[in-house]
Amino acid sequence: MEILIFSIVALIAVICSVQVIISRNPVNSALFLIATMVSLAILFILLNAPFLATIQIIVYAGAIMVLFLFVIMLLNLRRDEFGPERRRAQRFFAILFSFLLLIGITTVLTVGTFNSNQVESGWSKTIPAGVEPLAQLLFTKYLFPFELASVLLLVAIVGAVVMAKRRL
Amino acid sequence: MLTFIIITLIKVLVIFVVFLLMIALLTWLERKLLGHFQVRLGPMRVGPHGLLQPIADGIKLLFKEDIIPDNVNKFVYVLAPLLTFIPALIIVAVIPFGKSIELFGQRIDMVISNFNMGILYIFAVASLSVYGIVLAGWSSNNKYSLLGGLRSSAQMISYEVSLGLSLIGVFMIAGSLNLVDIVNAQDKLYNWFIIRQPLGFLLYLVCATAELNRIPFDLPEAEQELVAGYYIEYSSMKFSMFFLGEYGNMINVSALATTLFLGGWHGPFLPPVVWFLIKLTAFLFFFIWIRATLPRFRYDQLMNFGWKVLLPLTILNVLITAVVMIL
Amino acid sequence: MDWIIPAVNLKLILPEIVVCLFAILILVTDPFLSKERKIWSAHLSWIAVVIAFIANIRLWNLQEATFTNMFLVDNYATFFKFIFLAGSFLIILISMSYLKREEILHGEYFSLILFSTLGMMLLASGFDLVVIFLGLEIMSVSLYVLAGFKRSDLASNEASLKYFLMGAFATGFLLYGIVMIYGSVGSTNLGQIINHITSNDAGSNLLIWAGAGLLLVGFGFKIASVPFHMWVPDVYQGAPTPITAFISAGPKAAGFAALLRVFLFSFTTIKMDWTMIVWIMAALTMSVGNIVALAQSDIKRMLAYSSIAHAGYVLVALVAGGETGVSSALFYLLAYTFMNIGAFTVVIALGRKGQDNTKLEDYSGLGSRSPILAILMTIFLFSLAGFPPTAGFMAKFYVFGSAVKSGFTGLVIIGVLNSLISVYYYLRIVVLMFMQAPVTRTDNERIKVAFCAILVLIISTWAVLQMGIFPQSLLSLAQASVSSIF
Repeated sequence: MEILIFSIVALIAVICSVQVIISRNPVNSALFLIATMVSLAILFILLNAPFLATIQIIVYAGAIMVLFLFVIMLLNLRRDEFGPERRRAQRFFAILFSFLLLIGITTVLTVGTFNSNQVESGWSKTIPAGVEPLAQLLFTKYLFPFELASVLLLVAIVGAVVMAKRRL
Repeated sequence: MLTFIIITLIKVLVIFVVFLLMIALLTWLERKLLGHFQVRLGPMRVGPHGLLQPIADGIKLLFKEDIIPDNVNKFVYVLAPLLTFIPALIIVAVIPFGKSIELFGQRIDMVISNFNMGILYIFAVASLSVYGIVLAGWSSNNKYSLLGGLRSSAQMISYEVSLGLSLIGVFMIAGSLNLVDIVNAQDKLYNWFIIRQPLGFLLYLVCATAELNRIPFDLPEAEQELVAGYYIEYSSMKFSMFFLGEYGNMINVSALATTLFLGGWHGPFLPPVVWFLIKLTAFLFFFIWIRATLPRFRYDQLMNFGWKVLLPLTILNVLITAVVMIL
Repeated sequence: MDWIIPAVNLKLILPEIVVCLFAILILVTDPFLSKERKIWSAHLSWIAVVIAFIANIRLWNLQEATFTNMFLVDNYATFFKFIFLAGSFLIILISMSYLKREEILHGEYFSLILFSTLGMMLLASGFDLVVIFLGLEIMSVSLYVLAGFKRSDLASNEASLKYFLMGAFATGFLLYGIVMIYGSVGSTNLGQIINHITSNDAGSNLLIWAGAGLLLVGFGFKIASVPFHMWVPDVYQGAPTPITAFISAGPKAAGFAALLRVFLFSFTTIKMDWTMIVWIMAALTMSVGNIVALAQSDIKRMLAYSSIAHAGYVLVALVAGGETGVSSALFYLLAYTFMNIGAFTVVIALGRKGQDNTKLEDYSGLGSRSPILAILMTIFLFSLAGFPPTAGFMAKFYVFGSAVKSGFTGLVIIGVLNSLISVYYYLRIVVLMFMQAPVTRTDNERIKVAFCAILVLIISTWAVLQMGIFPQSLLSLAQASVSSIF
C-alpha cells in the first residue's frame, strides 16, 4: 500500500517537475511547481512527518508560490518578450551536464550506504511525529542554528527593503 | 479496520450532504436577512417564505448554457472553480461538531478525522484556496477579472499572516493543535477562549472576513469597479462552484470560530450538536449583518490596515498571552 | 517529555553577539538620524568591530565548544576572526567617504557589513555543517545586497543579480553535499563525521565522496576557484568599490576557513583521494586567473582576476596540508587582506562622483600628480606580485615552501611560473603611473583623500611591510592557531 502510494506520488512529482522546466507558459510552470510541492508534502506524510507536510504546503504552495504567480501575472510576459533563442551550444552543454549529474547522483544514491541508526531522539519510524519532538529538538539541540536562522531571515528582509524601496 | 472505514464513509457522506444543504440554506438566509435589513421581504414566492428558492436557483444554474470563452486558457479556466470549491469542502473533515457517542458498541467521534494537527491542516488547505480565485482571474483573459485576481491574491496573503498569528494565543493556552483538545479545554463558560483571548477573537474575526472576500473586504469582486471581479466570464455550474466555495468557506470560518473561541459543542441542556449549530448560525448571522451595515474599504486602506494595524496587534496579542502565561 | 536546555557559554560567542547586536542597533537607530547625521551609523559599526576585536582577543588560547558542540572556539577560528574583523574595520573606514561621494550613505549598508562579518565568523567557528551553511548564507545574502547598493547604477544591479543567481545555485550544491554526508554519517556535526570516517571504512562509501565533492563545489564558488569563477569579474566590476574590496578579502577568507576546517580536519583519512582534485583546481585557478588578468583594461576587473589567482595560491597550501600548509594559508590570507584592501583604497581615492576612473589609462601619470598615492599603490602591487620585502613575498614563500616540503614540486613550479606572469600586469600599472604622461583632461585636479582613507592606507602599508620584513611574529601567531588542531 505504502509502496503503491509512494510510486504514484513520486511519479507525479517527477513528471510535474519536468513540466516546470519544459512548459512554454510561465503560469503553467508555476502551476506544475505547486503540484510538485504538494506531492512532496504527501511524501512527507508517508515518512511519518505530517508537520513538515503541512508546513510544506502552507509555506511553499500557500505563500511563496502565490507570490510567484502574482509576479508572473503582473508582468504578463508573452513568448516574444523573452528575446530570441540564443546560445544553442550552451543549451546543449547544459542538458548534457545536467544529465551527467543526474546519472552521477542516481548512482551515488543507489550504491552508497546510508546510516539510518542515528535517528534523533523523540522520533520514531512508525508513529507520526507531532509538533512536540520537533519543537524540543529546535529549542535544545538545534537552538543555535534556530537563532541563526532568525538572523538570516532578518538579513533577507533588510536586503529586500534595501533593493526594492524607492527612497531609503 | 473495516468498521472504521464504513463508519468514516458514512460520516463523510452525512457531513457532505448536510454541508451542501447548509450552503443552500445560507444563500436563502442571506437574501432573506438582507431583505429585512433593507426593509424588503426578500424571496417569498418559492415555498413558504421563499424557503425553496435555493433549489430553484440551483436548477436554473444547472440548466444554463456552460460557456467557455474563446481565448481563455482552457485547462486553467476549468480548474479554477474546482480549486475554490474543493478546499472549502475538505476543510470540514477536521472540525468537531459534537461529543463522541456510543452507537452499536462503537465509539463514534463527531468529527471525520481527529487529526493531531487539525488546525495546521486547515491552514494548509485554506492557503491553497487562493489559487482558485487567482487562476480564475488570470485564465479568463479579461482585464476586470485579472484585476480581481491580483487584488485577491495580495489581500489574502496579507491577511493570512495575521489570521494565523491571531490564533497562536489559543494554541499557547490550549497547548495543542488538535481541535478536539482545544474544544475540551473550554468546558466551562469562563474557559471559553473568547473570554481568555478577547483581542485574538476580534483579530480573527476581522482577518476571517478579509479571507472570505466579504464586505468590507470584498475588493476582488467589487461590483461597481470590477463588474464582478474574477468570475466575470464564468457561467452555469462553474459560476455556481465559486458561490458554493464562497459560502462553504463562510460556514468553515464560522465553524472554526465556534470551535476555537466559543467552546465548540459545549453548552447546557441541549445536545452538543445543537449547541454547535446555534453558535455557528450566530456567526453566519453576524457576517450577513456586517454585509448589510458596512461600506467597502479603499485598497490602500486595506493594505495599511492589514500590515500596519492587524499584524502588530496580533504579535502584541501573542506577547501578552505569553507574559500572562508565565506570570 | 523532559526538556534539557543545552549548556550555553555566552562568553564564547561574545564577538558574534556584539556584531549582531550592533547591526540591529544600527537598523533601529538609522531611521531617526537626519541626513547629516547618517555618518553615525558608520561610527557605530566600526565601534562594534573594535569591541568584537577586543572580545576576540580574550578568547585566544581557549579551546571550547558550546551549543551542543555546534560552535567551537579554538585558535584557528579566533585567528580567522581577527582577519575578518580587521578587514571589516578597514572596509568601513574607506566606505564612509565613498558613500558620501556617491550619495548612498544609508545605515543599512553598515548593518549589512556587520551581518556579513557575523556570517564569516560563524563560518570560522561552526563545528556543524548546519551552522556552516547558515553562516555562509548570512554572509552571502548580505553581500548580494551590498553588491547592488548603488541602486541607480545598472552595472551594480547586474552585479547583484548575477552574484545572487550564481550564489544561490552554488548554495544548492553545498546543501546537497551536506544532505549526502548526513545520509551516510547520520549527523551533521564535524566531530561525529570525523569519528564515523575514521572508525568505519568510509573511504569506500560513495555517498561521502559525492558529498565531499559537492561541498567542494559550494566552497569553490565562495573562494572563486576556477571552474566556479565565472561570476567574479562582473560582480567585482559592478559592485561599489569598497564592496569589491570587501568581497575579495573577508568572504574569500571565510570560504577558506570553512573549506580548510571541513576538508583538512574532517576528511583527513581520505585526504590522498581528494588532494588530486584540489591539485588540479589550484593549478587551473592560478593559471586562468593570471593569464586572463593580462588582457584586462579595467583595474577592478584586473584585480578580480588577480583575486582568482590568489585563491589558487591558497589552494596550493590546502594541497600541501599539514600544520605548515594550513599556517601558511592563514598567513597568506592575512597578508592578502591588507594588500588587497590597500590597493582598492587607492582605486577609490582616484574616483569622482559617478565616475570611478577605473580604466588603466586613468593611472598614467599618477606619479607626478600624487607621488605618495603612486608610491603606496606600487607597494601594494609589488606585494600582490610577490616582490620582497613585502608581505606578498613572504606569504608566497611560506606557501610554496610548505608545498615543496610535502612533495608537490610540480604544483610549486606552476605557481612560480604564474607569479612571473602576474608580474607583467602588476608592473604595467607601475610603469603607467611613473613613466607616462596623463592622458585625460581632468588630471590636473588635486586628489583629495579623506582622513579615514589615509588611516586605512597607513594601516595596510604598515601591515604589508611589517609582514614582509619581520614576518616572524605574525607567522608564529598563525602557527599557534593551527597547532591547536593538529
